Amino acid sequence: MAKPAIAPGAELDGFTVGECVHQGGMATLWTVTHPGITVPLLMKIPRVAEGEDPAAIVSFEMEQMILPRLAGPHVPGCFGAGDFDRQPYVVMERIPGNTLYSRIEKLPAAYEEARVIGGKIATALADLHRQNVIHHDVKPSSIMFRPSGECVLIDFGLSHHNQLPDLLQEEFRLPYGTAPYMAPERLLGVRDDPRSDLFSLGVLLYFFTTGVRPFGESETLRGMRRRLWRDPYPPRKLKPDYPPWLQEIVLRCLEIEPVWRHPTASQLAFELAHPDQVKLTARSERLQRDPLSTVWRRRFNRGLTQPKPKSDVAAQLASGPIVVVAIDTEEGSGALNECLRRAAAQLLSTLPSARLACLNVLKLGRITIDRTLDEQGNNKHIDRMVALRHWAQPLGLDESRLTVHVLEAIDPAAAILEFTAVNHVDHIVIGARQNSMLRTLLGSVSAKIAAEAACTVTVVRPPRLALAPVQDGGKG
Amino acid sequence: MRLAIFADIHANRQAFSACLDFARARGAERIICLGDIVGYGADPEWAVDTMMGLVDDGAIAVIGNHDHAVSTPSESMNAVAQAAIEWTRGRLSAPQRRFLAELPLTLRDDNRLYVHSEASHPARWHYVRDTPDAARSIEATDAHITFCGHIHRPALYSMSSAAKMTSFIPTTDVPVQLLGGRRWLVVLGSVGQPRDGDPAAAFAMLDTTSREITYCRVPYDVQAAASRIRANGLPHWLADRLLVGR
Repeated sequence: MAKPAIAPGAELDGFTVGECVHQGGMATLWTVTHPGITVPLLMKIPRVAEGEDPAAIVSFEMEQMILPRLAGPHVPGCFGAGDFDRQPYVVMERIPGNTLYSRIEKLPAAYEEARVIGGKIATALADLHRQNVIHHDVKPSSIMFRPSGECVLIDFGLSHHNQLPDLLQEEFRLPYGTAPYMAPERLLGVRDDPRSDLFSLGVLLYFFTTGVRPFGESETLRGMRRRLWRDPYPPRKLKPDYPPWLQEIVLRCLEIEPVWRHPTASQLAFELAHPDQVKLTARSERLQRDPLSTVWRRRFNRGLTQPKPKSDVAAQLASGPIVVVAIDTEEGSGALNECLRRAAAQLLSTLPSARLACLNVLKLGRITIDRTLDEQGNNKHIDRMVALRHWAQPLGLDESRLTVHVLEAIDPAAAILEFTAVNHVDHIVIGARQNSMLRTLLGSVSAKIAAEAACTVTVVRPPRLALAPVQDGGKG
Repeated sequence: MRLAIFADIHANRQAFSACLDFARARGAERIICLGDIVGYGADPEWAVDTMMGLVDDGAIAVIGNHDHAVSTPSESMNAVAQAAIEWTRGRLSAPQRRFLAELPLTLRDDNRLYVHSEASHPARWHYVRDTPDAARSIEATDAHITFCGHIHRPALYSMSSAAKMTSFIPTTDVPVQLLGGRRWLVVLGSVGQPRDGDPAAAFAMLDTTSREITYCRVPYDVQAAASRIRANGLPHWLADRLLVGR
């Protein structure tokens, strides 16, 4: 079959070609229209002519396989694809505006701006990972934002889909990607660990907040391999005012061993959303790189950096959920809270990467004007936080796995639902009070949450005691 | 068109019945059999009769080494396989034996090639164990997609236009588009004697329009199939391995 020429005005499978908007090394991008589709569209056409980079073909094939499988606000919608036997192309939604690359001229960015951008990217990565895809090319030019604010990840040519063949697996002797952002395990051929994307996001955050790339810009394999043993300068060495919580997050992303990074992108997004609750470790204070003895041990003890057998991405994500326990701190909730703690302990004992967020709702009156201080002049908010920590104390959780949150709301169920949606919580554990007059009057919070939450909900009830024998009143 | 592709049925009536029902429920329009209809299992008469009926209705089938050994004793088979083939030979009628003996080694259908073992030397019954084996098979044919069985473990190999290979253990029920820019070797798991650690019967479906291959697993009454093997005096190991899929 004759290969159709791509030029303004040409027709291809019902798409009318408009103007060429980008000519890259791997592909060209054209605006296209289709009578039945109202969103703005882009057609991506790989460079496949003789003498072109063979990576252009393979990365196009990966995108051709992966993009139609993806859904949601964090990826461009896919509207069609053509194969190599005629004219290879993919048609996708055109996201308006520029990529984050346009921002790098004016770095460093303010810490708060970087925190918000990083949180949006982590949220998008979490959604991508849940769809079994690892991006593997997280960098400013792969990141865009919708007018509504959500981060959109573009360019899936180097991505790995855990349920599809990985065409880049044996194609190239050198790992393919963008050198400054590439995770160390990629240099060892590991392509199935979602935490590689967290490393790249750490590089981006470091670069955006310091104006310096943590591993330089070396493109040589030798230069890139240094990151297998050499850690970057802590940001605080470059900027004395660098917030400890941010250094904690960034250096954790940049850990050489994936297992020391955040277990999931959702947990990283959670930390970026709650900077005041980030557990500060020695990382947050560091001013120097690791001593040479550590570097040498890493460099010559290869056992530390051997690739592992193929992992199951979905199983890995499932082992690091964000669990919320909703706790009532009122008088008389002791027995129920004890049951909640037991339920939480059982859950956490099987999930060593899970993190626990303890929630309490400070209920506001609909009419009365609420004051932050109670009648004795104590700050109600802080009292509740103290009570939540007290509840969690017997669990013996590492501080990095535990946060406490007091929400102020008129409707407790709505507040808990909103918190779980915003923070991509995976599991809610909540108690149900039995035979409560309050429940009869106001409706059950746990029932509303069980019905409306988008995640798994465990409703905990105290053990039921045998009822007192009912006197036979001769009803008949 | 939706094709249902079966390999290594091995006279396992319970497994093949379950797979046929499953494939029909998923809209299979054409049946392909990649050989080893008999051997190991306890229902060879039923298996051959069923396949003869399917072929009369438009199915296509190629010969496997066990089908071949029924009429032409093989020296390369191990003792257990040999014992099962001797037993099988005694159970089959002359027309059934003739049907097996006359099955072709390979069949070409459009840009697809069907073969029991692999395409480079189909009569030598080589296994496809790794990417070099797969590359040898792909290089021996100009077919876009080659389908084979024989090894009893599902796998999917591809060769790019630059002759680079990829290998993949397929995920059950997740369709994979067999892209037009590369050539593919689709290795089927076994219907009647899976050896990848999952006792469920294995087969695959191909949608020829979207070029998507979907590997399927079908749980079946393994205990019944194992009991039939023991009751017929076949080596007990053949029954035991069905329970663990090894």
